[in-house]
Amino acid sequence: MRWLFVKDLLILRRSPLLVGLLVVYPIVIAVLIGFALSRGPDKPTVAFLNQLPETGQTIDLGGEQIDASQYADAFFESVDPVRVSSREEAIEKVRDGDVLAALIIPPDVTQKLQSGVEPATLEVYYNAEDPAKRAFVEDTINAQVQRANAALTEQFTEVAVSYIDLLNTGGQFTLLGQTIDILGLTRAETLLTEAQQELPEDSPARAQIQQVIEFAGLARENLDLSDDVLASVGSPIRVDAEIVEGGTTPLTSFAVAIAVTMSLMFVTLLLAAGTLALEREENAFRRLVRGLVSQTALLAEKIGLAAACSLLVSLVMLVGLALFVGLDFARFPLWVLALAAGAIAFAAMGVAIGALAREVRAASLLAFMLALPIAFLALVPSGSVSGGLFTVIDVISHLFPFKHTLDAMDAALNGSGGLLAPLLWLAAVTLAYGAAGRLALRRFA
Amino acid sequence: MNSSAARVTAGTSDRVLEARELTKRYGDRAALSGVSLAAARGERVAVIGPNGAGKTTLLSILAGIQAPDSGTVSRAPTEIGWVPQQAALYGKLTVAENLRLFARLERSPDVEGTVERMLEMTGLGDRAGDQVGTLSGGNRQRVNIAIGLLGDPPVLLLDEPSTALDPRQRERLWDFVGELRDTTVIYSTHNVQEAERYAGQLVVLADGERLFAGSPRELEQVVGAAELDFEAAFVAFLHQRGH
Repeated sequence: MRWLFVKDLLILRRSPLLVGLLVVYPIVIAVLIGFALSRGPDKPTVAFLNQLPETGQTIDLGGEQIDASQYADAFFESVDPVRVSSREEAIEKVRDGDVLAALIIPPDVTQKLQSGVEPATLEVYYNAEDPAKRAFVEDTINAQVQRANAALTEQFTEVAVSYIDLLNTGGQFTLLGQTIDILGLTRAETLLTEAQQELPEDSPARAQIQQVIEFAGLARENLDLSDDVLASVGSPIRVDAEIVEGGTTPLTSFAVAIAVTMSLMFVTLLLAAGTLALEREENAFRRLVRGLVSQTALLAEKIGLAAACSLLVSLVMLVGLALFVGLDFARFPLWVLALAAGAIAFAAMGVAIGALAREVRAASLLAFMLALPIAFLALVPSGSVSGGLFTVIDVISHLFPFKHTLDAMDAALNGSGGLLAPLLWLAAVTLAYGAAGRLALRRFA
Repeated sequence: MNSSAARVTAGTSDRVLEARELTKRYGDRAALSGVSLAAARGERVAVIGPNGAGKTTLLSILAGIQAPDSGTVSRAPTEIGWVPQQAALYGKLTVAENLRLFARLERSPDVEGTVERMLEMTGLGDRAGDQVGTLSGGNRQRVNIAIGLLGDPPVLLLDEPSTALDPRQRERLWDFVGELRDTTVIYSTHNVQEAERYAGQLVVLADGERLFAGSPRELEQVVGAAELDFEAAFVAFLHQRGH
């Protein structure tokens, strides 16, 4: 069998285009994904028109000056602003495609914010020619508006709390340039108690004053709780998330696992299916299995060849990705284990395809046509489709090596979930496809 | 002469291959019906007949590629060299690498010596380093036959060996086969002249039945038309037998 292995390696070495594709493909995928993961999305270019008057940049809330520009600065961290001088210019830039969207801050925004009666409105113009682009712009602007709303709510809450503190404990308050002395409930309660004690014992006013004292005390005690109440109003919903199933793999690391599994699948399937079908195209199959080598040994040789080659290129790809994404090299033995198990399973599936298709071109086409939907189905998340359909998809995914290899790679790279279960699945899938390939060889010659 | 009156031309003592009452069916169709054949050491046996006669099926069974439904073959497939109609070679490997690979798979005790011997036998020593894909059809067929001979088999089966060759290449092929003096060669062919010229024994098949086994001269005598050339005599024989 080793001589067949050597022969296939020799043939591969003399097929520079094929080998080039097999080597270049994962490297290119690794570099592209690496760049995508490490750089992140570019900021969208947004035209920005600020129509606020020079004197209207701040909001006066209860004597406290809030600078609107600090919220604009936060917004500009997420976009690349192009300042324009008129609404027409902003809309023109959107229409011409110079910018993704235009954001206009009308001149009455601060007045409306200050009034607290009518919500302030920002104007956004964007080009909706591309649904993906439209969704991106909407999400970006909505997210930033939510951030600004949250920040302003916090500011409003602080002002309201200070008013309540003033009502409670008393102090000075400035309104329209005049300073007003506020008595406060605490002091009012004290004064009333003193006044009550100076009244005659039988005075009917003592009972009335006692009622007012009790009211002041009750109001003061309840106003002490107002900080927490207002904080709840400002952020009525908080999220306390707990993972029930699955790991805590960061998106970038999971993307690495997907990229490596995809490359492993394509390289292994195409190699295994192609090299087996080549034995028939070269008319050598019948000569080989006449007694020189058993059919099972021939399948094992093809599985070993495809798995070894794809394992090598996948490791190269992983190392390439490690240049961009932080991977834990201490887990390298687990990488090799997961990759090897996945490669063998894909190779077993590949020889089954090669035995069924019987021609190199047909085998390659079939391998390619099967690979894409298998990967797609395995990546459908639960909850994104109906329960019944997801069950069907899940069962189908379990029949192919992609899902199990992805799980194994995720476990090996990121320590997410256990490695044993996907390895056992891969072993089962390998045996099943190996048996299918062996059966298909009956009509191979 | 029909299958029930199977006649074996080789003497019992020097038979190197004997097949008895081989039967093979594909569904309802009988590809072979009780066909027997015997060949002596160094004998050239041509299996001829119209399309669908069962020639390739007979050679496949003798080679061990297919199992017969009934009947026996006296030798194991590993003792019989087999050369398929299409050259079973790796086009990306050189002539020497193909020979070396199959010599190793045959577990030849002296791989390099065997390769050298085959290169000399095929006259392709100067092309040893050329990839097989660059060779002419005739040279490819010579390498194809050489691989069939790697195990020094006493019997060599050639399935329509000259089909894709031009006349000059055919001539060189048969010269090459002629040098295998101690090897019994059984070949199927559509070319009746080739059968007459190179075979000591003809086995005529039609519709899976063996119609004749004997020398070309005996076939002419059976037809009884001395004035006809051999091809015409063969066609007349088939007509006489209802084919």
